[in-house]
Amino acid sequence: MQSLIRRLRSELFATPADAVISIALFTILAAAAAGFLHWALRQAEWAVVQVNSTLFAVGRYPIEQQWRLWLLTTLLAAATGATWGMLRAHPRRDRSGQLWPRNDRLAVAVLIAASLWVPFALGLTPAIQLRWWLLTALLVAARWLAGRFGAGLPPALKRLLPIVWPVLYLVGMVLIGGGIGLARVAPAEWGGLLLTLLASSFAILLCLPIGVLLALGRRSDLPLLRWGSVLYIEFIRGAPLITLLFLGQNILGFLLPGGLAPDRVWRAAWVLTFFAAAYLAEAVRSGLAAVPRGQLEAARSLGLSSAQALRLVVLPQALRVALPAMVGQFISLLQDTTLLSLIGLLDLLGVARSVMANPAFLGKNAEVYLTLAILFWCCCAALGLGSRALERRLDPHAVPSRV
Amino acid sequence: MSRHWISALPVSLLGLGLLAGCAPDGGGVQSTKMAAIQGRGKLICGVEGKLPGFSFVLPSGQYSGLDVDVCKAVAAAVLGDPSKVEYRDLNSSERFAALASGEVDLLSRNTTMTLSRDAAGGNGLSFAPTTFYDGQGVLVPVASGITDLKGLAGKPICVESGTTTELNLADRMREQNIPYTPLKFQTSDQTFAAYLGGRCVAVTSDRSQLAGKRTSFPKPDEHTLLPDVMSKEPLTPATTNADPAWADAVRWIVNGLFQAEESGITQANIDAKVAEAKASANQADLRRFLGVEGDFGKQLGLPADFVVKAVKAAGNYGEIFDRNVGPKSALKLDRGLNRQWKDGGLIYSPPFR
Repeated sequence: MQSLIRRLRSELFATPADAVISIALFTILAAAAAGFLHWALRQAEWAVVQVNSTLFAVGRYPIEQQWRLWLLTTLLAAATGATWGMLRAHPRRDRSGQLWPRNDRLAVAVLIAASLWVPFALGLTPAIQLRWWLLTALLVAARWLAGRFGAGLPPALKRLLPIVWPVLYLVGMVLIGGGIGLARVAPAEWGGLLLTLLASSFAILLCLPIGVLLALGRRSDLPLLRWGSVLYIEFIRGAPLITLLFLGQNILGFLLPGGLAPDRVWRAAWVLTFFAAAYLAEAVRSGLAAVPRGQLEAARSLGLSSAQALRLVVLPQALRVALPAMVGQFISLLQDTTLLSLIGLLDLLGVARSVMANPAFLGKNAEVYLTLAILFWCCCAALGLGSRALERRLDPHAVPSRV
Repeated sequence: MSRHWISALPVSLLGLGLLAGCAPDGGGVQSTKMAAIQGRGKLICGVEGKLPGFSFVLPSGQYSGLDVDVCKAVAAAVLGDPSKVEYRDLNSSERFAALASGEVDLLSRNTTMTLSRDAAGGNGLSFAPTTFYDGQGVLVPVASGITDLKGLAGKPICVESGTTTELNLADRMREQNIPYTPLKFQTSDQTFAAYLGGRCVAVTSDRSQLAGKRTSFPKPDEHTLLPDVMSKEPLTPATTNADPAWADAVRWIVNGLFQAEESGITQANIDAKVAEAKASANQADLRRFLGVEGDFGKQLGLPADFVVKAVKAAGNYGEIFDRNVGPKSALKLDRGLNRQWKDGGLIYSPPFR
């Protein structure tokens, strides 16, 4: 308490001028906060978000097939909890070795509070509220179990763990889109947060390998490969994303006969992928440039082939250096998906605009846009937190942290 | 361009066959587009998707609106099921390309019919009958006491910049020598915020837009639309020139909705009307209209009772109007020009004969 007062005094009230500025700023901030709270609690009509919560979540996904999305969410919750627990059960040297570091306890508390309050605030039916509570309980239980017993798993099983996520992604695709005995749900019916996350995760996953190949191509000694990569990267970076999206939507229909052109959702997802790959290539290139030449030479002199040296020595170091830039790219990719609404897809923003056009909710723009901002902030914050945790884990020089 | 040619080819070949002497047996020319829709079992309908009263998504995920009801009526007439529609939200820049490339079968997206859009040398569209006669209007506070454009003399008017709205306003005011001060804003939201903030005594935009915006005002009743209409905006469903048989089918399905209202046929009484037509041999007009006798459906390549199916799905034109933009909706638009011709409006179906 004493130190807090001392710090406040030295940082905010050091001189009379400082004090005046501080008080003025605090007054303005307090007034803004009071105004916002008054609006949010008294004037805003949140029915527009409550009534349309399903639309915001999954768009026009058929109601009778939505159990598939619940199943997918259940699998995701279990996998997330288990992965989280396993990571804590295998502390590397960047970890204090604690099973429940302070940040984790905080995260679980936030998660539980959110799962209790959000479904209630959205006015969901008790049955659906209960589902969200059970999902959160499942995640926390999986986290606890994996943390408690994860270290004791047989090694053969542990080696299988990294492929859980790719498999889960494919399973998710089947659950969402249908196939293998499940009724098909056309991409045109995907929407809301589901479409936003699907399009961005698809683009993030695929742009990484393409970007790495392009970066390697740009540094290659073969002129054709090098110039090809340069041409591609500079062409994509020279065109705004929205023009490329329009190009994808409008030109393909003319080039390919009706049935052959991929669905417009996939067209957009591929355009996003190819767009992000060009930017990612430059981030990876900066990482490659940061790896000293001696590393490659040393690896080669140890008898590794060029490919082995690249894969085992150069790329791991390069990607680690490029990670912050890459994650920045991923976050902006996630936000770029809002452009899908301009080509008529019902992503989060598209659904929001359609909801605002419902005569029953005309003029409720502020409520809808604020909800959108919060949703996007949560997604981007999760990406950012995940990447920082990854950075810490990959950093060989990091001192053991105490969090 | 080549796709126009390809899709027109079978039709023209068929036409050649007819010329060569295969006597037309009363059957219609089979439309390749219609065959494609029936094969697919689904009508792909291009809509705006975000326009109050015309097309938007309900909380249940269903599309709704006046433009959407046209899609439903066409799907019901062609496929027998109004739910067999795949909606595509199209923005104004891609709508014609989507139609020309065959990605959508029908454009029901508040598109203004103009010469250059209709002409083969322009966009090459084929327009159905206009389903909503819109026009630029002016919204003023009731308290201002303004009742016509003259009352705006010397007053500031809020308008979105860079739109045809701005140009129309300037033209109409210059014609009538009314001086005014345009206050221009970049977006529609800014324009209306300025109007509500009292920075101008009037705001101008399309009348359907003004009515939609007005419902979102804190006190909608304190604002009124002036009777003056400053531009012609006939919002019309469209297909392409590439398949005249398909364009004809759509045209007469829409006409059927108009005629149903004129004949007093509604969603509620359609079954009774069909029974009446079947029972009374002397009601020739009604019998032909509802497909009890004659071959109108066959001539268009549609089922004989296509009008019955369309009206059952969406209601007659008056019902569609009232439900989506008229008194039964939040927009509460006056029928105005969209009245039946007998009531002094422009809604007029040529005879079903």
